[in-house]
Amino acid sequence: MTYSPRYKAAVAVPPLLWVALFLLAPYALLFCYSFWAVSPMQTIVREWNFRNFSELIRNAMYLSVLFRSMRIASAVTALSLLLAYPVAYYLSLYSSRRKDLLYQFVIIPLWVSYLVRAYAWKTILGSNGVLNTLLQYLHVVQHPVGFLLYSPFAVVLALTHIYTPFAFLPIFAALEHIPRDLVEASHDLGATPARTFWRVIFPLSLPGVLAGATFAFVLSLGDFLAPLLLGGPSGIMISNIVVSLFGAAYNWPLGAAVSLSMLLLVMGLVSLMQRLEKRLSFT
Amino acid sequence: MTAPLLSICSAAKCFGQTLVLRDISLNVAEGEFLTILGESGSGKTTLLRLIAGFEQLDAGEIWMDGERLDHQPPYRRRVNTVFQHYALFPHLSVFENVAYGLRVQKAPKSEIAERVGQALDLVKMSSFARRAPSQLSGGQQQRVALARALVNRPKLLLLDEPLSALDANLRRQMQTELKSLQREVGIAFVFVTHDQAEALALSDRIALLRSGELEQVASPREIYSRPATSYVAQFIGKTNLLQATCENGVARCGALTWPCEGADGPATFSLRPESIRIVSSAVADCLGDRVRFHASIRSRVYGGDTELLEVVWNQAQTLLVSIHGLANLRDELELEFCATDAIRVKQD
Repeated sequence: MTYSPRYKAAVAVPPLLWVALFLLAPYALLFCYSFWAVSPMQTIVREWNFRNFSELIRNAMYLSVLFRSMRIASAVTALSLLLAYPVAYYLSLYSSRRKDLLYQFVIIPLWVSYLVRAYAWKTILGSNGVLNTLLQYLHVVQHPVGFLLYSPFAVVLALTHIYTPFAFLPIFAALEHIPRDLVEASHDLGATPARTFWRVIFPLSLPGVLAGATFAFVLSLGDFLAPLLLGGPSGIMISNIVVSLFGAAYNWPLGAAVSLSMLLLVMGLVSLMQRLEKRLSFT
Repeated sequence: MTAPLLSICSAAKCFGQTLVLRDISLNVAEGEFLTILGESGSGKTTLLRLIAGFEQLDAGEIWMDGERLDHQPPYRRRVNTVFQHYALFPHLSVFENVAYGLRVQKAPKSEIAERVGQALDLVKMSSFARRAPSQLSGGQQQRVALARALVNRPKLLLLDEPLSALDANLRRQMQTELKSLQREVGIAFVFVTHDQAEALALSDRIALLRSGELEQVASPREIYSRPATSYVAQFIGKTNLLQATCENGVARCGALTWPCEGADGPATFSLRPESIRIVSSAVADCLGDRVRFHASIRSRVYGGDTELLEVVWNQAQTLLVSIHGLANLRDELELEFCATDAIRVKQD
């Protein structure tokens, strides 16, 4: 089948324009800003320099928030995988008739606004929240427990809740793609279900696990709302820094430098994961 | 007579409301090559999966070596399977695929290396040990799947249409290899196929399944020359079914009569195309009475070593006649067959 050049152009040009206008142009702008400066009169000066990046390295605050963001993202990733894998495994291999229904149950939270879900945690974890009221009613504690809300703990909890479905989907897809006769062949060769899991099912689901981990890590690393609503001063993450630099601090060049660094970090991570996934996949 | 290796007693299996196997009783002897033959949907793969343990019986029992087999999970059964699509582990090398069963049994390393080497030698795949399954052709994957099953020295090997994915030439070659391999290792094979020619070529015995029931279990020779039912006669090879009436030991079909056995009444006879001869040609020895008749050729299909004629006799009835390369034939023929070659079969 061959298409006329006019048809090809009609199909290709609009999306390319879209990408150029709303993706490439902003990135180019971001790139430029990160090498510009702010004058003492709070105007942006288009003079090329590396001061923004050296500030990022010199000022310990940026690195410590970055490391905290990565710790939180790692915790969210680990917890999401621990929650998502067993569910995906059960759903894919053992829930023959209820599969569709259970699948919907996992997906339904994604239909609820992120903001509502983050707010719900505020209601649950606050001093007068559901959890503290319950603990006091049961006489587990005398006074409301303070560390529940406005802490990295609250951020990890909320982000895990929000991003577990994103970890679940690729794992589930990977498990669904494992030919069932491989499982039977393993049993046939004398391997118990537990051995079959570790020797056949788990290794073949690893690409899905990596994809799920990438989703959970990258999405929570760049998260802005959960630390804003639930993090408190001790739960600030890198995106909150970016927002304040572009907002109150009015230092767009420094904000752009943080963003660009994060972008490069995430792109490096994603391409590394993709390479790993490719090496581990056999289908 | 020694006790059979595997014994299936009145086995039945349903999927939901559908009865896929009913009242199957079948024995497999030590070292036997048994073929389960049937059309798709006849339940042959289900029967194999019941023996392997991937499906559970709804009624009946399976015994192996004096032990109840059907209550054991598949990983405890000393039975191995060669899957239709080979089911090689894609993340393991050829060597590790074959070693899989020994590794889960925790065999010592030196023993694993030795036995995997022997198994790969057996199927002539030693030089491919380090390859990944995806780098192998279908026939090579087939051999690896065989080695992976045989390395565990099972008492019984199950093969689920293992040759169906191969092209015709490779298929014939693998048939020969499979048969000699089976003789060499002396393990009982239960082989599932829908290909009657394959079944005839390979088996010690054939069990013909039809919609979940055993139609006939017999050696290839017997099942071909003495089919029990008209279905068997038509499924295995080509045949002519003659509708006759038996009376006092004489069958009558149109103008033809021949001696027969069995009860009086309507009867169906199977007459193979190659049992019918042209009278002028050299007459082979015939033990019983010869039945002669006149027919005219309607069509001819040339098949190389043989030629298949469709002839019309007795006004409108057609018969298939198989002859060996005769180029010049008149349209009108004098034909004959031996009465003993007309096999009375059950009509269904």
